[in-house]
Amino acid sequence: MAQTRRSQLVDPLIDNNPITLQVLGICSALAVTSSLKVALVMAIAVTLVTAFSSMFISMLRNHIPGSIRIIVQMVIIASLVILVDQVLKAYAFEISKTLSVFVGLIITNCIVMGRAEAFAMKNPPIDSFIDGVGNGLGYGLILMTVGVIRELFGSGSLFGITIMETVNNGGWYVPNGLLLLPPSAFFVIGLLIWAIRAWKPGQVEERQYKIQTVEAH
Amino acid sequence: MPDENQKKGPLGRFLDLPADSITKTVVVATSLCLVASMIVSAAAVTLRPVQQANSQRDKQINILEVAGIYEPGTDVAQAFEAFEPHVVELETGEFTDRYDIETYTDLAASEDPALIRALDEDPAGLGGQMLAYQMVYLLRDDAGGIDKVILPIEGYGLWSTLYGFIALEANGNDIFGLQFYQHGETPGLGAEVDNPRWKALWNGKKLRDEDGTLQITVDKAPPAAGRDYYIDALSGATLTSRGVDNLVRFWMGEEAFGPFLERLKAGEI
Repeated sequence: MAQTRRSQLVDPLIDNNPITLQVLGICSALAVTSSLKVALVMAIAVTLVTAFSSMFISMLRNHIPGSIRIIVQMVIIASLVILVDQVLKAYAFEISKTLSVFVGLIITNCIVMGRAEAFAMKNPPIDSFIDGVGNGLGYGLILMTVGVIRELFGSGSLFGITIMETVNNGGWYVPNGLLLLPPSAFFVIGLLIWAIRAWKPGQVEERQYKIQTVEAH
Repeated sequence: MPDENQKKGPLGRFLDLPADSITKTVVVATSLCLVASMIVSAAAVTLRPVQQANSQRDKQINILEVAGIYEPGTDVAQAFEAFEPHVVELETGEFTDRYDIETYTDLAASEDPALIRALDEDPAGLGGQMLAYQMVYLLRDDAGGIDKVILPIEGYGLWSTLYGFIALEANGNDIFGLQFYQHGETPGLGAEVDNPRWKALWNGKKLRDEDGTLQITVDKAPPAAGRDYYIDALSGATLTSRGVDNLVRFWMGEEAFGPFLERLKAGEI
């Protein structure tokens, strides 16, 4: 094994983060980060789905026909996502009301498919499970960071608890409406990618082009 | 080596097939689908009672809230007994006993063609049709007279259909409260329809003026009729506010609860 189990779990947090390095799963990161509570549930849901789908796919990996492997992966992922959605509707009804649409979209989350295809198809089940948990946590970490910024400055609260009393409720803080809209997550994630790559320059991708210098005649 | 193959049995021989063989592809695909569908349907069936109880409880809490008698921690089902449900035929405004109260909600959800009425004009964005019967809830005072009526309302905002309730006083004209229990409007902007401070604006407003003209308005500026009929629109949520304006005016108008409110006002209920 090239990687230890510990690094499988820890690497995706910063060094190989699915959002900031691989730039996957952006769409759901835009949609669910306007409130922390929703972002947390989404992060947990994605972690569970990634971990278990990777595990099941890895258990079947030697018997999955290459020609239909993507469909097989999708069936496994979709079943797990429906399970998560049903459980949320039964035991976390309030949250499922806001999250239901996005939970369905976990099926199309590139991180889940990416780990299934890139890791679980070639590695044993336990490693795949840990890899799934690690990537889910990496996704969750970014989601929570973005969520803190968006909810704090967009609604003046964290986890629905008021930190800065907004003008609407008779306080002093004028909330930044842009942060409640999905595009703001683009800016926040962009700045995060910049910050992480400034901290760890190794993550900066090589340019795919070269600026040519024109020689003076 | 046939001996070794025999030892493994049919399952072992199957597992030994190359993953790309046609037999294996078909068998893997079929059995995976079967297993997955069994798991999914088992989950859906076993969790359904809990989910239904959740959504019913949620609706009841909203009815209690809009009537102003909800306190966190109370027994919802018990508090809800105070309400008297009725099915109203919108066209006549009369209670009908054609449908069973217990099962009406399920029946309405089934979109039975017998229940549906087409709409020529559809200001609330209901998709060109509506139910010709609606479930309303009466809250009686101690003397047995009507204290409040709770009417269901729904309509399109910016992104989504808003579902809610409006609570009226016994005269069928004074608004006690309004509340949405399900919508998908923008958090922080349109979703401010849930803001308690905005909801409080509805309390004490009137639907119709003395001549019986529907005057209630959600807008940026008060209408000519005066502030008694005016709810300040949500800032930053013009389209959601317009949607709420349209849907309240529609549901309180002649096409919907108008006849019922008329009868309520005349004391015929």
